[in-house]
Amino acid sequence: MDFNNTSDFVSGFWNMYVVVLSLVSVVGCGVFLLIQDKAKTNAGNTTGHVWDEDLQEYSNPLPNWWRWMFYITVVFSMVYLALYPGMGNYAGSFGWTMRGQYDAEMKKAEELYAPKFNQFLQMDVAAVAANPEAKEMGQRLFQTYCAQCHGSDAGGASSFPSLKDSDWLWGGTPEKIKETITGGRTGIMTPKGTKPDMDGEQVKDVVHYVRSLSGLSADSIRSQRGKDLYPQACAACHGPEGKGNPDAGYPNLTDKVWLYSSREDSMIETVTKGRQNQMPPFGEFLGPAKVHLLTAYVWGLGGAKGEAQPAAAAAPAGMSGMEGMPADKK
Amino acid sequence: MQSQATYNYKVVRQFAVMTVIWGIVGMLVGVIIAAQLVWPELNYVEWLSFGRLRPLHTNAVIFAFGGCALFATSYYSVQRTNHTPLFAPGLAAFTFWGWQLVILLAALSLPLGFTQGKEYAELEWPIDILITVVWVSYAVVFFGTLMKRKTPHIYVSNWFFGGFILTVALLHLVNSAAIPVFASGMLTPKSYSAYAGVQDAMVQWWYGHNAVGFFLTAGFLGMMYYFVPKQAGRPVYSYRLSVVHFWALIFTYMWAGPHHLHYTALPDWTQSLGMIFSLILLAPSWGGMINGVMTMSGAWHKLRDDPILKFMITSLSFYGMSTFEGPMMAIKTVNALSHYTDWTVGHVHSGALGWVAMISIGSIYYLVPRLFGKTEMHSTKLINVHFWLATLGTVLYIAALWISGVMQGLMWRATNVDGTLTYSFVESVKSSYPFWTIRVVGGVLFLTGMLIMAYNMFMTMAGGRVVNDAPVLQPAHAH
Repeated sequence: MDFNNTSDFVSGFWNMYVVVLSLVSVVGCGVFLLIQDKAKTNAGNTTGHVWDEDLQEYSNPLPNWWRWMFYITVVFSMVYLALYPGMGNYAGSFGWTMRGQYDAEMKKAEELYAPKFNQFLQMDVAAVAANPEAKEMGQRLFQTYCAQCHGSDAGGASSFPSLKDSDWLWGGTPEKIKETITGGRTGIMTPKGTKPDMDGEQVKDVVHYVRSLSGLSADSIRSQRGKDLYPQACAACHGPEGKGNPDAGYPNLTDKVWLYSSREDSMIETVTKGRQNQMPPFGEFLGPAKVHLLTAYVWGLGGAKGEAQPAAAAAPAGMSGMEGMPADKK
Repeated sequence: MQSQATYNYKVVRQFAVMTVIWGIVGMLVGVIIAAQLVWPELNYVEWLSFGRLRPLHTNAVIFAFGGCALFATSYYSVQRTNHTPLFAPGLAAFTFWGWQLVILLAALSLPLGFTQGKEYAELEWPIDILITVVWVSYAVVFFGTLMKRKTPHIYVSNWFFGGFILTVALLHLVNSAAIPVFASGMLTPKSYSAYAGVQDAMVQWWYGHNAVGFFLTAGFLGMMYYFVPKQAGRPVYSYRLSVVHFWALIFTYMWAGPHHLHYTALPDWTQSLGMIFSLILLAPSWGGMINGVMTMSGAWHKLRDDPILKFMITSLSFYGMSTFEGPMMAIKTVNALSHYTDWTVGHVHSGALGWVAMISIGSIYYLVPRLFGKTEMHSTKLINVHFWLATLGTVLYIAALWISGVMQGLMWRATNVDGTLTYSFVESVKSSYPFWTIRVVGGVLFLTGMLIMAYNMFMTMAGGRVVNDAPVLQPAHAH
């Protein structure tokens, strides 16, 4: 598609329609002013009409400075229409387009800034993370593209994961982080897990059992009943021991980290209604160099802690996430 | 021949009183949402949250306050300048009650979340239909009165009121075209626009900018052309200027809408036309200011002790300032900085508070004593206090938003040595807080002035009588 031709006309008629109408209108403003300017005036005297006792009008001529200001705007407009797109498909002698300006500015920026980003592309993530300049650039990128959801301090918020801790929904190795930034992630918990026939009491029982897994306050009788429901309702995703599965984004239920609140009512809502969460993909938008810098920055925030050490980064992509991760959990 | 007929002051009185009341309501909502920006915890419940109250504020001040002021002043001046009572008084009464019903329905439906999502055209289709019926009735009353006129020539204020009434009808009908939603066999108050994509945006801003051009400019110029020469006791400066700027104004405003959509999916040619016609609009707009201000020549001394005239002349100054600012902001390179920032909001308010509200306030102060059998308002001193509160409030408001607007524009485009943005969005929000606080102060001052006006009006009413016997005057001839 030719983005520089955005006139959108469906036929030649509309092109001509716009050309004629805009020209006639601009020129018409000037002609109208010219004709009116020639009309007879009688400075200092009224027109002779009186309304509502005392309303009258002077027959003063148009103020000179005002008249010339009007003419200048009309002339400027005609010049503008000769130089810039305005009369239908006519591109204007400058050949300027909005898209063209954007492309030119982006090209210039690419030439100017790409080398600064590309210099880190060949470096290992751990090395980039250790580089102070790269860290600063990564932080700026983070503030521009990530802070809206994950917070300026990367601490996250309800439904937006914290990137500062050592808990990773989708794995905290450089490879996994890069995969997340590049392709985005979609996390879905179905309502009532894999046991849709649970009633409200059973949901509560399951919630209490899940709470007991991470040492949250739980009713022991409910917890006992929930334990019997857990294998059928939750284990398929969260695993028999509730340790989750970072390859599929299934959260670990045995740690103290909660994407939504750990309050009982919030957990009941999660189980009853399910949850859906999405991180948009940034790979195409940011390009490999910026993604690489961001990966290093984010990894440096929290991924570097725990088991997801550079050793794991050296492992073949796709494998590294599975290793180490379960051991990361308490 | 001495006519026994009397002018219809009843409907004028009703609209004039409601102008002040809706002014207070609309501006109070404005102060609340301004405060919600500074203290977000004031968003208690969804019905009273910023997103619901903001359209309520704009609708209340434009259509309730501004609308009632236009009804009152046009009904008053069209009778008096045409030397005939209002045509179809029953229909005129209907426009009052119908318009109040529209306002009440807006005040209920907007907080409840019913909206078409189009700025200044949020009201859903059932209310839109009621607006249409009321507006057509308004046109019948106005033009009917004009046709009964006893004068050979039509006074200039009537051109502007007439242009405003006709165009607003057209704008409303075209932009509000929508398809109501049927759900489970029932017609719902929800609807979707008849247009899609960038065409929808263009129709909306053709409407939106002309709402400014015709509702908030042409209508209020009509008001200016009657009340400024009346209060100043001087002839209008130039008949020729009024002819030229009237036709040029109503013609060029129609083209200016695309400047709201610079650097969007709107085709380049449309943006260019919007920009050049916005520039051409400068002279026609200033024509009205010149004609108003120059009408004062020979009567400048009256400003010393006439606060009503102060309101009028200040309103013309703000009108001139914002109609200079508007074309400048329509230039693409300026717009690239100003668009989406507080500058736009400040610009709108220099027009809304400085021009629309002040000319209305001045005109209502002129009207109230005449409608209630007095020679002047209960307290001229309080009009003066109101004037200074309103002026100071407006200046604080627009100066604060100029600064925050330009600051936001500069912060958003600032880049580091590596091309990344220097400031995150939230940093620009944080930096805006002091200016948003000043804006609240400005708004509170303006609102306080309106409360003083209400007190002054009710005291004038209490000490006066309802005038229903003002005789229709015979047209006079020039001396």
